[in-house]
Amino acid sequence: MKLRKKYSTQTFSKGGIHPLDYKLSNSKPIEVFRVPDYVQISLSQHIGVAASPTVKVGDYVKVGTCIGESAGFISARVHSSVSGTVEKIEQIIDTSGLYRTAVCIKVTGDEWESHIDTSTHVVTSLEYSALHILEKITDAGVVGMGGATFPLHVKLTPPDTAKPHVLIINAVECEPFLTSDQSLMLAKAEEICVGISLIQKVLDVDAAMVGIEMNKPDAIALFKQVAQQFNSIAIVPLQVKYPQGGEKQLIEALLQKEVPSGQLPISVGAVVVNVATAFSVYEAVQKNKPLIERVVTVTGLEIPNPSNFMVRIGTSIHELFDAVGGIPQNTEKIISGGPMMGKALIHAQMPVAKGTSGVIAVPYELAHRNESSNCIRCARCISVCPMGLQPYLLQVYAEQGLYDALESNYVLDCIECGACSYVCPASRPLLDYIRLGKNKVSHVIRKRKQK
Amino acid sequence: MTILYSILVLSSLGIIAGISLYFVAKKFNVIENPLIDEVEAMLPGANCGGCGYPGCRKFAAVLVDSESLDGLFCSPAGQEQMEKIAEHLGKSVDKKAMQVAVVRCNGTCDVRPITNEYEGITSCAFAAQLYAGETACSFGCLGLGDCEMVCQFDAIHVNVLTGIPEVITDKCTACGACVDACPKFIIELRKTNKKDLKVYVSCVNKDKGVVAKKACEVACIGCGKCVKVCPHTAITLQNALAYIDDEACKLCRKCVDVCPTHAIIETNFPEKKKQETDSELE
Amino acid sequence: MYTVSASPHIHSRQGVNRIMYDVIIALMPALVVSIIFFGLSALFITLLSVFSCVVIEFCIHKFLFKRTDFSVKDGSAVITGMLLAFNVPSSVPWWMIIIGSVVAIGIAKMSFGGIGNNIFNPALIGRVFLLISFPVEMTQWPTNSFNAVDGITGPTPLALLKDGIMSGKNILQIKGLPEYQDMFFGNIGGSLGEISALAIIIGGIYLLVRKVITWHIPIIVLVSMFVFSGIFYLANPYMYINPLFHLLSGGAMLGAWFMATDMATSPMTIKGQIIFAIGIGVITMVIRMFGAYPEGISFAILLMNALVPLLNKISPERYGNNLKKK
Repeated sequence: MKLRKKYSTQTFSKGGIHPLDYKLSNSKPIEVFRVPDYVQISLSQHIGVAASPTVKVGDYVKVGTCIGESAGFISARVHSSVSGTVEKIEQIIDTSGLYRTAVCIKVTGDEWESHIDTSTHVVTSLEYSALHILEKITDAGVVGMGGATFPLHVKLTPPDTAKPHVLIINAVECEPFLTSDQSLMLAKAEEICVGISLIQKVLDVDAAMVGIEMNKPDAIALFKQVAQQFNSIAIVPLQVKYPQGGEKQLIEALLQKEVPSGQLPISVGAVVVNVATAFSVYEAVQKNKPLIERVVTVTGLEIPNPSNFMVRIGTSIHELFDAVGGIPQNTEKIISGGPMMGKALIHAQMPVAKGTSGVIAVPYELAHRNESSNCIRCARCISVCPMGLQPYLLQVYAEQGLYDALESNYVLDCIECGACSYVCPASRPLLDYIRLGKNKVSHVIRKRKQK
Repeated sequence: MTILYSILVLSSLGIIAGISLYFVAKKFNVIENPLIDEVEAMLPGANCGGCGYPGCRKFAAVLVDSESLDGLFCSPAGQEQMEKIAEHLGKSVDKKAMQVAVVRCNGTCDVRPITNEYEGITSCAFAAQLYAGETACSFGCLGLGDCEMVCQFDAIHVNVLTGIPEVITDKCTACGACVDACPKFIIELRKTNKKDLKVYVSCVNKDKGVVAKKACEVACIGCGKCVKVCPHTAITLQNALAYIDDEACKLCRKCVDVCPTHAIIETNFPEKKKQETDSELE
Repeated sequence: MYTVSASPHIHSRQGVNRIMYDVIIALMPALVVSIIFFGLSALFITLLSVFSCVVIEFCIHKFLFKRTDFSVKDGSAVITGMLLAFNVPSSVPWWMIIIGSVVAIGIAKMSFGGIGNNIFNPALIGRVFLLISFPVEMTQWPTNSFNAVDGITGPTPLALLKDGIMSGKNILQIKGLPEYQDMFFGNIGGSLGEISALAIIIGGIYLLVRKVITWHIPIIVLVSMFVFSGIFYLANPYMYINPLFHLLSGGAMLGAWFMATDMATSPMTIKGQIIFAIGIGVITMVIRMFGAYPEGISFAILLMNALVPLLNKISPERYGNNLKKK
């Protein structure tokens, strides 16, 4: 089914690229993935301090039992996604590529905690107070599900000095391959809108804007229809351009305002929340269901049957690939997240985490890097940089270790979208060096502050 | 006649320029303790920053200005040269033990199987930021040569066959640049002596024995045999990793023989019986 | 075993080669026109120039740089060769082309470190070197084969104009200036590739469509030339010729579309490019109207090339930095 493409010119102003779409699974509805036999649930699936385990080896846990308690201001709870016995608590390499503590659970049956409402009935009434909603979000361990995994309750409690006046829902999904947000929007439009209303109530804002790119006409049509029942939710179709899903780019596209360098979106009165996060908020508040499953796109150029699965967190990625016909022989890289900003995985036995929006098997032809050659000063990196930086210059400075020059050229503004490395005709590893430079510069700044 | 004119013009130009240069040099002369220049000339001039000051000149100024030389030491210059500088300044310098950089990883390609291929820039700092590493050992050397890059003395090189850096002890001045550069904290400055005899645990893997052994054949598995056998209680075991304190170690080499994974390394000992080396040391 | 690397994991795969081959394709119409008007000698000069440029770059890479990853494959030497040939009369002796390409590749390009590191446009350095060293051979233009017998040399429109003005005539008294349509299609004397404005514009539009260049540099160069000469034309139409004549004559088109837009030697930011282009336009016109040489665009581009490192200090407008305007 092909819907007529309507035209929208609204987008962000600086840079941007148009990578090939590869949205292979965009017509696939969400399938519920079977409960796995064994899960590994990492205790740091979010940005910030890792959760501290609250269970011991041998404990019996149910679906929704809290297994990791938030261990700091920026931290989030972790819940069991299955019922069974804790077999071990050990260090595993998770999708971040680093060693993390994980709780490994051997699954027996599928017994849920009694307070969780497992019916499919949509609860639309907003009876809870703002404080109560926030408490439920904190308890459910909801984090940003677009990939950054910032704990939501921290984002929803802005400092008193800044008052938000608009809630922005990020339904852009500008990464190639990924369709998890799109499929979720098509399946759970009403629930998502309730979730948006709940977040609006917490933040005490009247306006909510949902930014959707024009390559998802079905989702735009459905949302325009559903949003009529909710006052003050505006659906804004946006031109297709990467990296529109970047927080700062989305704010500019929707509000025509720019977030000042080094500041948070709240400085222009906006709070940006991913659409899948809005759904988790709905489940957490209306159904008492903690964040224990998410939609994962399992795809790849040679995957016979690319799909969108509703997966229990902790399921092995290998199992997901088995369900769509196995990992193809010529796979060069397995990527968790989108191909522009995701992480390449060391092996496929890793568990799905809260931020895993998709897993992609990429063949050599697509994934390999060409050998890099001299910079020909074509200035493409400058013209595509959404932050208006000069990647070629930053790369040279980082390579030479000129950290002062990096800082004065605003290397810390870089959002690591990868547009520069994507377009570079000389295949220079621009972003690699810029990342290295960012790391070193923030280290230098931290040291300076200590003095 | 033309020749004479040109000679006259050129020489008068030269004289005027010379006089003005003289006055400029007088006027903008910066008065500085001449000792600083002399001390700087005695320092190696590598500007490695190992002393904690930005460059040799700054260090020379600090040496000249400070009352005592406690805590000020230029390892590249070495004990002898520092004593000379102290003598020159009329001060005294602490005795400092000879040190050398030691790479505490022995996970060469043949004993540490790789599990994935890294593609990207040649920088340990970047690879360490990206992920755990090419092998199952997340503590081991990445082999991309950040240490080699920062070394001002050409004293450390990654061996292409093993993928592990090797220190040329004669050239190493223990400035500590590589210690700071290593993102995995593998390189350490250890006490050494004239013959460069050292005994150390060449592993920093804090994983439990099974995991460590699976990742690397020569990993320290934390069995604790060396701790028991050590007569000088120089060895401690923490997080399933043994560590030999170089102050307490008497180089008896008992631990080397008991280590089941050969993670404890001895360097430059002659291929003789243990007894003789002991007596030699006494 | 999988590969691990940092994101992005997909790439546009539009390499340096593709850019260079696009430029070569864009130069084809001009080459065809020059063969039509100057005969096979034009083709011979072009092929010789390309061949010697490629060989020289290859040799420098192999014997001086001692590298095995040959940058010759990227096609940039081919472009330098073509542009060098396009900038000389079709009657130049073959050894002069070889000298020109040694200077262009050896001195202007490879001594700076090869592709991307050169400060000046290599082909223009080669051309200017030849012009200064062999002024006689470089300013004898064979009149093209359509309206004269082969082998007879004559002046270019700009040279005619210059000689006329220098000898104190006014514009109307100068005889033999060509018609505008002849200048547009290329039926005039001049260097190989610069005669036909139409062919160059076709190539330029191809480059624009393929997004190899942006419109800023060529259009602004031409507009600033037009405006600057237009002011003088309005002030005194007897001393200064119609600005359209300036746009269609000499190397204006070739320079604006192919030489000034050379990536390595033009500024990186749009602001810098605008200043760069205006500078080229104005300097060209100053040389043409008041200088000793009839044509000045090569010098203008080289002069502005020297300013590019400075112009690159102009940084692009950063995100989050222009709040006050809104």
